[in-house]
Amino acid sequence: MILALALLVTLEVSAQTDKYTQVMQKNIALLDSAKSIDELQSLVGTFDRIGDAEKTKWLPYYYAALAQTWVGWNPATKDKDANSAKINAFLAKAEAIEKNAELYAVENMSATQQMLVDPQTRWMTNGKDANTALQKGLQADANNPRLYYLQGMSLLGTPEQFGGGKDKAKPVFEKSLALYKSAQPQPLYPTWGQKQAEDGLAQCK
Amino acid sequence: MNLNKPVTLLAALIFLTGCLTAQTLVSGTVKDTKGHPVRGASITIKDSYDGAVSDSIGAFHFSTSEKGPFTITVTNIGYSSFEQSITLGSGPIVLKPVIKEQLSELKAVTITAGSFTAGDAKRGAVLSSLDVATTAGSNADITAALKTLPGAQQIGEQEGLFVRGGAGYEAKQYIDGALVNNPYYSSVPDISSRGRFSPFLFKGTVFSTGGYSALYGQALSSVVLLESIDLPEKTEIDATLSPIIVGVGTQQLAKDKRSSWGVNYNYVNVGLYFDAVKQTPDYFKMPQFHNADFNFRAKTKNGGMIKYYTTFAYNDLGLRRQDIDSLNTKDAFSLTNHNWYNNLSWREYLNNGWKMNLVASYSTNLDNVGQQVQNAFNQPKTFNDTVFWMNAKTFNVDNRQDLSQAKAVFDKKLGGISSIRFGTEYWYSYNTQKYRSLPYSDTLFKFKDNYNAVFAESDIFLTNELAAKLGLRYEHSTVIKKSDLAPRVSLAYKTGPDAQVSLAYGIFYQKPENSQLFYTTNVGFTKATHYIVNYQKMSKDRIFRIEAYYKKYEDLIKTIPINYYYSTFSNSGSGYAKGIELFWRDKKTIKDFDYWISYSYLDTKRNYLNYTEQLMPSFAATHTASLVMKKFFTKLKSGVNLTYSYATGRPFYNFMLNGTKYNLAEQGKTKDYNSLNFSAEYVPSIGNPKAKTFVVLFASVSNVLGYNAVYGYNFSYSGGYRQPITPPANRFYFIGCFLSWGVDRSQDAINNNL
Repeated sequence: MILALALLVTLEVSAQTDKYTQVMQKNIALLDSAKSIDELQSLVGTFDRIGDAEKTKWLPYYYAALAQTWVGWNPATKDKDANSAKINAFLAKAEAIEKNAELYAVENMSATQQMLVDPQTRWMTNGKDANTALQKGLQADANNPRLYYLQGMSLLGTPEQFGGGKDKAKPVFEKSLALYKSAQPQPLYPTWGQKQAEDGLAQCK
Repeated sequence: MNLNKPVTLLAALIFLTGCLTAQTLVSGTVKDTKGHPVRGASITIKDSYDGAVSDSIGAFHFSTSEKGPFTITVTNIGYSSFEQSITLGSGPIVLKPVIKEQLSELKAVTITAGSFTAGDAKRGAVLSSLDVATTAGSNADITAALKTLPGAQQIGEQEGLFVRGGAGYEAKQYIDGALVNNPYYSSVPDISSRGRFSPFLFKGTVFSTGGYSALYGQALSSVVLLESIDLPEKTEIDATLSPIIVGVGTQQLAKDKRSSWGVNYNYVNVGLYFDAVKQTPDYFKMPQFHNADFNFRAKTKNGGMIKYYTTFAYNDLGLRRQDIDSLNTKDAFSLTNHNWYNNLSWREYLNNGWKMNLVASYSTNLDNVGQQVQNAFNQPKTFNDTVFWMNAKTFNVDNRQDLSQAKAVFDKKLGGISSIRFGTEYWYSYNTQKYRSLPYSDTLFKFKDNYNAVFAESDIFLTNELAAKLGLRYEHSTVIKKSDLAPRVSLAYKTGPDAQVSLAYGIFYQKPENSQLFYTTNVGFTKATHYIVNYQKMSKDRIFRIEAYYKKYEDLIKTIPINYYYSTFSNSGSGYAKGIELFWRDKKTIKDFDYWISYSYLDTKRNYLNYTEQLMPSFAATHTASLVMKKFFTKLKSGVNLTYSYATGRPFYNFMLNGTKYNLAEQGKTKDYNSLNFSAEYVPSIGNPKAKTFVVLFASVSNVLGYNAVYGYNFSYSGGYRQPITPPANRFYFIGCFLSWGVDRSQDAINNNL
C-alpha cells in the first residue's frame, strides 16, 4: 500500500512536470498546422497563459511571440505597428528570463513587418532595428539556421542596386540549410524555417 | 483479501484519475460597454494553463481540470481588464464579461482643421524633409515646398508665406516652440529670398493655415512649427560641391549614443553662375553668403533631451537697376547682413505624467541697406528740390532687431489620453533703425517691447471618436500698452476608420510691424477671427482633404500720411477672406511614383495701409493650383521630380499721394502665373553598405518652359509709366554634388546645405 501510494505520488509529480511538456508539444504541433488568424490568435493566448503560469520558462513566451508574428505576416492584419507592439511585449517577457538568438530572430521579423509598411521612409528606423536584431542574434549564436534564413530573405527582398538580390541571398540560404541539417534542437526548442529556407533558395535560381 | 487488495487499489487509482481528469466547461461571450462583441480577448484562469481567446462574435469556451476557487481574468489590448472569482468543479460555468474600451492615442481622432502635419512618420506625414528636398522648384527651401500645399499663394517678388488672404508678415515660424525673428535671408526689393534653415535640421514640420493652438501667438494667418531632430544616426563628415556653393561639416555621435555635437560651414558665391546665366539687374557686388552653425544635443536620465543650436550668417550684395522715373539714371542698391541665431531647449519627463518643455532663444540681425541714384556712368547723381522724390531714393539705413525669449510649457496627462497644458512666454525685443542720410539724417528710431503671454489648453477626448481642444491665451505688449485675450476652440469627429470632420474657431492678435512702431506706438493689436471646417480621409498612402474657411480681419493698420516723408498709423483697417481648398496625395496607384495636387479658391478684400477702400490685396490670386510629381527609378538609382504651379493674375494698384490723402490712380490685373520646375537626383552608392563615400548628384531647373512671370508693377512718381516686376532671370539652374563619409545617408539624399 505504501509502495502504491509512493508510486501514485511519483506519478502525480511526474504528471505535473510532464504536463508542461505535453501541453507545449501539443500546442507547438497546433502552431505548425495553424492557418487562420483566429487559430493563431488562440495559440498566442495559450502560450501566454502557459508562460504566466510557469513564470520561469522563456519558451512559452517565445511561442506566443512567434504565433503573433505569423499573425503579422498575414495580409489581413492591417495595423502592423499594433501587432508588432504585441510581439515585442511577449519578447520582453521572454527576455526578462533569458536572452538568446531565437528571440532576436523573432525581434528581426517584428521590425521587418513594421519596415515593410513603408520601406522608403522606414528603412532607416525599423529596417535598422531589424538588422540590429539580426546582428545581435548572430553574436549570441553564430550557428542559428533561422537567423541565416531571415538574412537570406532580407537580401532577397532588397533590390540588387541596394546591395541585395539573388546572388547575394543564395549562399546565405545554403548556409542556413547546412545548419538545419546539422542542428540538434533540445526538446521543445524551435525547429521551424527549413522548408521556408528551401523555398527561398529555390527562388534564387 | 490478497486478491482483492490490488483490485481495490486499482479501483481507487481509476477513481482518483477519474477525479483528476474530470473537466469543468467554461464558456461565455465577451462584450464591450456598448454591447458589441469583442474579438481576440484573452480569457485566463489565473495561474493555470487553461483559457481561451474570444472569436469574432465574442464567444469562447474551454474545459479545465482545475478544482476549487480561482480568479478568471479577461484582457485585451485597448481595453481595461476584467476579473471575476469562480469556483471550479461544480458544474459548467457561463460568464458574461464586459470590458471597457480605453481611449487610445493611436485609435483616437486628431484635430486636423487648418493644419498640415509633416515629418511625423507615425501620424501620417504630409511632407517629410526628403519630400521638401525632392520637390522640384523648392531647391530644399522649406517655404518653397510649403507653397505647393493649399492655402499658400505663389508669390515671387518677396519672401514669406502668404496664407489665405494674409500678408507675408502674418505667418510666423517657430523652432522648438520659440519664435524665429528673421527666418529668411534679408532681401532685395522685388526679389524673394530663401529661408535660413535646412529641412534636414527638423524631424517634423507643421504648417498650420489657421485655427492653431493657444501655445502660439502674434501671427494672424499662419504658423510653421519646426521641431528639431534629436540625435543624429551616426558620426559622419559631409562636403558640398557646386559652382555656387562649397561646404564642409561633421556630426559626431558619442559612443554611448546619448549625446552628439556638430559643426558646419558653407560659402555661397553666385559670381560664376551670374557670369554664365544672364541676370536682368547689374550686380556690382556679387551676392555672397557665409553660413556657420554648431549644435550640441544630449539625452537626459529620464529620457528627456537638451539641445543647443546656433547659426551665424553673413552676406553682402549690390545691384543696379533702371530707375523708374528717369531713363538715364539707375538705382544702385546694396545690402550687408549679419545674423546670429541661438536656440536652447530642454524637454523633460517629470513624475506623475507631467512633461516639461523649456526653450530660450536669442537672435540678433543687422542689415546695412543703402541706395544711391546713379548716372549712366555709375556716378552718384543729385537733384534739386523740384524733383525731391528723386533725392529720397538715395538713402543709407541700419536696421537692427534683437529678440530674447523664454518659454515654458507644462503638460499633464489626465485619465486616459486627455491632457492639459499651460505655460508662459516672455519676449524682450529691441529694434533700431538708424538713417545715415537725408531726410532723417542721423536719426535713430528705436523701441523696446516686453511681451508676455500666459496660455492654457486642454485636449479632451470624450470618446475615441470625438475630441475637443479648448485653449485661451492672454497677451500683453508694453510698447503699445495693450492686452488681449484670445480664445481657441477645435473639435474633431471621426466619421469612419480613416475619415474625420474637424471644426476650428479662434481669435488671433498680432502687434503692428516694426516699421510702423518706429513712428507711432499709439496703436493696438491687429486682429483676425478664423472659422474653419475640414473633412479628411487618410490612409497610409493616400490623403484627401477639403477645407472651407472664413476669416475676419479687424483693426488692421492704416497709413495716415502727414507729408511725403512721414506717416503715422491707426487701427482703422479691416477685411475678410474666405475660400475652399482641396488636397490629394497618392503614393500608391503607381509604384515608386508619388504625386499631390492642391487647389485653393480665395475670395478676399481688405482696407489696410494706403488702400483707399476694401480691395483685393495685391498678394492674392483667386485660383491657385499645384501639381507635384516624383518618380524614383530603382534600377537607375535616380529620381526625377516635376512641379507645375498655376495662379490666376493678381491685382495691382497705384496709390498716389495727393496732399495727405491717397488716391487710387490706376488698377489692373497681372497675367496668369505658370511655372514648371524640374529636378533630378542620382544616388550611385544607395544601398551599398560597403561604400566608403556616399554620393548624391543633384540638378534642377526652375521655370523650364521660360514663362515670363509678372508679379506686379512699379509706378513712376507721376503715375505715367509702369514697369513690370519680374524675376531677375527667367530660369534658375542648379547642379551640385553632395558627399558624406561614415554613414549611408540615402535618407537625406539631398544635402542640407543647398
